[in-house]
Amino acid sequence: MNAPALATRGLAKNFGSLVVASDIDIELPKGVRYALIGPNGAGKTTLINLITGMLQPAAGRIILDDVDITALPPEQRVSRGLVRTYQINSLFPHLTALESVALAVCERTRAARIWWRQLNAYPHEIDEAYEILGALKLAAVCHRVTRELAYGQQRLLEIALALATKPKVLLLDEPAAGVPRDESKELFAAIAGLSSDITVLFIEHDMELVFRFATRIIVMVNGRVLTEGPPHEIAADPQVRAVYLGKNRRQAPQGSAQ
Amino acid sequence: MALSESAIGPRLYLQAQTRWRAVEILFWLATLLPYLLFPNYLSLASQIAIAALFALSLDLILGYAGIVSLGHAAFFGIGAYATGLVSKYGWGEPLSGLAIAALAAGIVGYATSFVICRFRHLALIMLTLGFGLLLAELANTLGWLTGGMDGLQGIHTWKLFGYLPFDLYGRAAYGYALVVLFVLFLFARRLIHSPFGLSLRGIRENFIRMPAIGAPSRAHIRTIYAIAAAIAGVAGALLAQTTETVSLDSLGFERSAEVVVMLVLGGAGRLYGGLVGAIIYMVARDQFSGVVPQYWYFWIGVLLVAVVMFLPKGILGGLAKLTARWGRS
Repeated sequence: MNAPALATRGLAKNFGSLVVASDIDIELPKGVRYALIGPNGAGKTTLINLITGMLQPAAGRIILDDVDITALPPEQRVSRGLVRTYQINSLFPHLTALESVALAVCERTRAARIWWRQLNAYPHEIDEAYEILGALKLAAVCHRVTRELAYGQQRLLEIALALATKPKVLLLDEPAAGVPRDESKELFAAIAGLSSDITVLFIEHDMELVFRFATRIIVMVNGRVLTEGPPHEIAADPQVRAVYLGKNRRQAPQGSAQ
Repeated sequence: MALSESAIGPRLYLQAQTRWRAVEILFWLATLLPYLLFPNYLSLASQIAIAALFALSLDLILGYAGIVSLGHAAFFGIGAYATGLVSKYGWGEPLSGLAIAALAAGIVGYATSFVICRFRHLALIMLTLGFGLLLAELANTLGWLTGGMDGLQGIHTWKLFGYLPFDLYGRAAYGYALVVLFVLFLFARRLIHSPFGLSLRGIRENFIRMPAIGAPSRAHIRTIYAIAAAIAGVAGALLAQTTETVSLDSLGFERSAEVVVMLVLGGAGRLYGGLVGAIIYMVARDQFSGVVPQYWYFWIGVLLVAVVMFLPKGILGGLAKLTARWGRS
């Protein structure tokens, strides 16, 4: 068996006396589509912040491809293939879609350190950026300034930026947040169509999407991993049901898993 | 236009963006007008060219990377003193004088950039302000070297290329300053259109997002800060060479504030913003101070308030908006 693409060991974090993550052990095998679910405040985004280095853990280790990356700054984790997107669009408002993605590609190929040659001298970077936008159906608007793009297109651009870094592990924090239902299916179809070399972990509240697109599910509650397993097991798990039924009936996994 | 832009392909589109526009060529041709129209104002013209170069260097960090500095005159002053001192002690060759200034200011810029790159916003403004004040006071204290309050005397700039003397009317001085400005403008223009330039705009647009696309923002900031410092140093050196004196105010707070005002007036982050701002500021100063010398800041104040209120992206930003509207209708 191969080493997992990403693993955490005893990961913990607290803000003062508020414990937001404790003793988190997860293991993501290569190429798997994982959903990370749990009620609001369960610590899902915190976990992504810890894994990507936006937050420093109080204890525990993060292992990417058999290498301990716990001490690496965020940008070096990215260049090793651990990449995230944001729940709220975090884009470059006045850059065009093509410029934004070309920027991310240039950072990966290190062309972004070159200040004595014009961007035109890097046709491979430009073409690659254009191809990524094309794969996400953004080619037609690639010269549009980011802030003028439709919201759904901005969500796709988030993913395009992440893909431009050639991720091995992609962490998507509510990729379809704020997107109308029919569009969010398209967005997830794009995610499902990603290369099988990429391991994906996504946070999502819409259980229909979770059960349709995840091959495995991790359930978090109160900063801990409650359970982990394939969708049919999670749907049948009484503990999970208790968590969701106690909060909000409509979100219950069992209700939408068909 | 809107239809064709996606049709012509990404490479050609980006290439088209770097092409020289007619307005740009006109602008640079117009810089020769002082020789024909205002031969009595050539020394003012060279002061403007120097201020424009200084503002251009600030634009690289403020307009493109979003690093607000209130101490940029430090590098202007270092360049001026470096060239002035080398000249005073026997080497007055102009071009190598510029190189020495660029090197001195660039080295100090790179050294301070290690602190600069760790901060943003108000902390950064205070830091640059602090560095500037520190250096100004240092130059004041080292009177034996810098001449202190009396300024650095005894500078002698040699003839350009060994035969073109700096005359009293500033004919050579303006041409010299203009050529240096143009060459460094070409350099800045190329830098802005480089992958690195794109990265700087990314830092300005969303600093927090940069690490998430794998960008070493701090390293980028260090590079551009050193480059901008070196260019500011060249501007200072030009002033030292053409006026053959360096005074303490070349690295004072007032000069730092002045250059920010120029850039804001013209429009930050647009390459020509500093140049246009410098022209307006220097001409306004010359005209207003001719009317009532002690009140000329009043008018600059009025101008600044008006521009910030009605043209938040500077005069060039306002013009760009106007032409865009005109082009659409």
